[in-house]
Amino acid sequence: MSKYKVNLKINNIAVSVDEGTTILEAARQLNFTIPTLCQHDDLCVAGNCRVCVVEQKGARLLPASCATPVSEGMEIQTNSLKVRQARKHIVELLLAEHNADCTKCFKSGYCELQDISNDYRIGDHIFLDLVKEKDKERDISSPSIEKDDSKCIRCQRCVRTCDSMQYVSALAVTHKGNNMRISTFMDKPMNDVVCTNCGQCINRCPTAALTERNYIDEVFDVIYDPNKFVVVQTAPATRVAIGEEFGMEPGSRVTGKMVAALRRLGFDKVLDTDFTADLTIMEEGTELLTRLKEALVDGKEVALPMLTSCSPGWIKFQEHMYPDLLDNLSTCKSPQQMFGPLAKTYYAEKINKNPADMVVVSIMPCTAKKFEAERPEMRGSGYKDVDYVLTTRELGRMIHQAGIEFEKLEDEKYDSILGESTGAAVIFGSTGGVMEAALRTAYEIVTGKEVPFTNINIKPVRGMEGVKEASVKIKDAKPEWSFLEGVDVNVAIAHGLVNAKILMDKIKSGEANYHFIEIMACPGGCIGGGGQPMPTNMEIRKKRAAGIYEEDEAMVLRKSHENAEVTEIYKSFLHEPLGHKSHDLLHTHYTPRKRQ
Amino acid sequence: MENKMKKVDLIFDQVDHLAILDKSLQRTQDEIILDVIESGLRGRGGAGFPTGLKWKFAKNEEADQKYVICNADEGEPGTFKDREILTQVPDKVLAGMALCGYCIGATEGYIYLRAEYNFLLPMLHKAIDKFHKELKKRDFDFSIRICSGSGAYVCGEETALMESMEGKRGEPRNKPPFPTSSGYLGKPTSVNNVETLVFALMIAQEGPTQFKEMGTFDSRGSKVFSVSGDTPTPGIFELELGMTLEQFVNEFGDGDTKAVQVGGASGFCVARKDFKNTLIGFEGIPTGGSMMLFNSSRSMYNILNDYLEFMEEESCGQCTPCRVGCQQLVKGIEAVKKGVKPPAYLEELQKLSDTMRIASKCGLGQSVPNPFNSIIQNFREEIIY
Amino acid sequence: MTRIEELVKEQADKHGRQRTSLMPILQAVVGSEHYLSEDALVAIARELDLSSADVFGTATFYTFLDTVPRGKYVIRVCKTITCHMKGKDEVIGALEDMLKVKLGGTTTDGKFSLLQANCLGWCHKGPVMLVNDEVYPEISAEKAVEIIGGYLKKG
Repeated sequence: MSKYKVNLKINNIAVSVDEGTTILEAARQLNFTIPTLCQHDDLCVAGNCRVCVVEQKGARLLPASCATPVSEGMEIQTNSLKVRQARKHIVELLLAEHNADCTKCFKSGYCELQDISNDYRIGDHIFLDLVKEKDKERDISSPSIEKDDSKCIRCQRCVRTCDSMQYVSALAVTHKGNNMRISTFMDKPMNDVVCTNCGQCINRCPTAALTERNYIDEVFDVIYDPNKFVVVQTAPATRVAIGEEFGMEPGSRVTGKMVAALRRLGFDKVLDTDFTADLTIMEEGTELLTRLKEALVDGKEVALPMLTSCSPGWIKFQEHMYPDLLDNLSTCKSPQQMFGPLAKTYYAEKINKNPADMVVVSIMPCTAKKFEAERPEMRGSGYKDVDYVLTTRELGRMIHQAGIEFEKLEDEKYDSILGESTGAAVIFGSTGGVMEAALRTAYEIVTGKEVPFTNINIKPVRGMEGVKEASVKIKDAKPEWSFLEGVDVNVAIAHGLVNAKILMDKIKSGEANYHFIEIMACPGGCIGGGGQPMPTNMEIRKKRAAGIYEEDEAMVLRKSHENAEVTEIYKSFLHEPLGHKSHDLLHTHYTPRKRQ
Repeated sequence: MENKMKKVDLIFDQVDHLAILDKSLQRTQDEIILDVIESGLRGRGGAGFPTGLKWKFAKNEEADQKYVICNADEGEPGTFKDREILTQVPDKVLAGMALCGYCIGATEGYIYLRAEYNFLLPMLHKAIDKFHKELKKRDFDFSIRICSGSGAYVCGEETALMESMEGKRGEPRNKPPFPTSSGYLGKPTSVNNVETLVFALMIAQEGPTQFKEMGTFDSRGSKVFSVSGDTPTPGIFELELGMTLEQFVNEFGDGDTKAVQVGGASGFCVARKDFKNTLIGFEGIPTGGSMMLFNSSRSMYNILNDYLEFMEEESCGQCTPCRVGCQQLVKGIEAVKKGVKPPAYLEELQKLSDTMRIASKCGLGQSVPNPFNSIIQNFREEIIY
Repeated sequence: MTRIEELVKEQADKHGRQRTSLMPILQAVVGSEHYLSEDALVAIARELDLSSADVFGTATFYTFLDTVPRGKYVIRVCKTITCHMKGKDEVIGALEDMLKVKLGGTTTDGKFSLLQANCLGWCHKGPVMLVNDEVYPEISAEKAVEIIGGYLKKG
């Protein structure tokens, strides 16, 4: 449908834009940046911080450019004296209720309020300090997310994220007037509410009101502890994002540099979560085929569709929101949590280390992984399987602290063993990736042939659409899988929990005829994770996803079952997927929780 | 100057509301709307938007459902006339709503009644039941329900009111879109003050001329005033618009009036020296009806502080200028009073209030500068010392 | 089902389970329980399929939707300027003495809460107070004590 064009002038320059465009967007088209704080490209309009006000000729009020659609003949000034005065005042007001202890703040240098304040040369504060003492007590109840109300500027980005992107609403705007704040149900600590720890709120918080719990010092402590053997694992999505911490383009593939940097930081071994991603496919693929066999051949009551379990934000969401469907969840631990116990059993034995002296650190695009590592069931090795979880951002910070010039590093390779992986593993980092990897392997197990897609790229499961569906027909099944002959394997993919809800409601109502569903808590999958570099938006996520798929295509091996280390671990240690050892080390159970 | 202190009886006069409605239903919607436009009636809640135009905009929208909302969230300090109107002539309010419904094509009406007036509920429900029966007899499809507020001044702002009706926090919306195109539940909605609806009904009865001939060019007709403070005759008075404050004070003052707050906590303070040349109305100082008189025994600091604390608490809190600005003003005058900040800090605060006026999201924040600047300008010494 | 859950269900049956039903349900629960307890908020959120934080956030916006325990009779004395001028402080002082409770507090027997409110809309007849939904204009310290005495007798 063609849209009406609206003609207006911004800073005396004529421009013609689609009807419904906001003044802010129109200004951007003319390469005028208007500062914003509550506005975020991923979120609905709020219009409440008022930093983006502009002057409209003939109007008494200064409209908020983020919230005001253009109209014919409008004349806008984005930086008039009137605008500058108002904007300065507004920033001053925000600073008055903001605990501006910038030198001590984790977000210093990454803070949008600080940027605007610097731009406007806000010097001595004109107004009275309004920060409440009680707000300075940070909420560190959650292992994933830290909430500091004294830094909050009430832009409500987190509230909109938690509601409209994630359908969680653990955070809400509460009270009013001088008492208005962003809080939880009954002002409870973050760890006691429905929060999934996805960290999407952190990704959008303009200040340090919401940050990840950071464990940088703890990790440096163990690195420099001569009695500790510290191994690090890196998640698929980190390698296409960490470059952003050093000013590189989103999606830059810097796997080799990241490995080199980790070695320079002093980790004893640099290993790869991608290895356990391949292993996940073996376990989860087998689990799916087993469930299908039990349903179709043995006529058993089996929970289908099967749901992936790699995303800990999604797991907690399901525990809260759909506890009655927990049987549908794959019992596979996430790749991070498969890695931990294998490192402290199989690997420790191989390299002759006492697991008690081993420390497993993971680098994750995710904040929910911090919570996941703390789950009491994640002690399959007899120890805490994963000791510390750092976000991509925290790793970036460590590299900065250590003075390593990341961009100039020569590529290095992961250590062996537990360092080998395939292209199927790296695509775990993007929405649809687990599904694609699973199909590549499962199809080949069942038919002995490659999936019938050009260059085994299963395009229908890729892309940024919130809910994706695809169907793969099984042809020429091997005799032992003959019950699947001619079956259309129906799959669906959702990313972002608001989209997960759509699929879950379909399952609940019985409308769904899927066999297998992949769900990732974060938009775009792990590449858009709550621990990834900021800022984030659709364009950045698309670039990172492109990086992931390039990485896949550049790999020699692109199917999990071709991973030689995987073959070896089954031969010498696990024996078979879903076997006794796997059950002990690689599978888990879930906890029904309340939504309220 | 002619004496405009004429007392009028359009609002409280007991009339046959059903007869007016019957007569109106014989006419076309456009005819009635034209009469309302012609009369010059402007919204009586305070903002003063031309009522006929509002109805016309709502009528011109295509929608499967439209709504009429009677704004009875009267919360402006010093205003109590809507309660009195609802108490004395509820039938006229209901008929005004039905008339509006007929004009814009709405079959559902709501009265948003502030919680502080919950004691009116039994009486209003009774009146509504009776009214519904009459409408049924006439085969006229219109029904009225009451939504209760729960103690939030800002819900008198029409978009906040609709948010509240939708079960949410009463936070004003971004405009545009305006309620006449996207209001309650996203449908075209006409939100009118209690008093406005009664005037519209009376204009439908009498024609536009009588109303139009009263008042001044920009402020036609009469208006119900809520008079309080230092006055021997506090209460409700319907007066022709266009009087000066001097005429008003002569009528209602106690002989020692030093200031009148016109329009409540969000209105303007006028000092004695300006009574003569201050017109009450849209040309001068508009008011939703609140007229608070203060004599020389009153501390203007206390009065200003009271208004600012009210706004600080009643701000919805979503937008920066209003949320933080109100707090700065409250604490700022206190700091000056206590000598923590120099008197010149008042000028900084006045600049801040100018920003609040132009950069706040809704009328609440935009009007905090009214009392602030007018009281500081007129009574600077009382604020400092 | 607990008593609160039953009450909430009954109200949801009456008002519906749409978002537009939230205010009447919150109001009804406050009407019967005098405040919104954690259990009540959870029950409402569950019944309406809303997040409990969202319900809490909505309730705390409104002064009359208390989320801390209140007495059977909530006294709200208007504090706005004209009532201030006409002696609301004396009224509050007298009630504090009578009920042995500080402003903002609730008597130990859970019978009365003594609060202030913003303009109640009786500026010509101040001071004014509300006791639950009942309004008492043109009170004095003595009159207020007498009125509350009546409630004391009523139990």
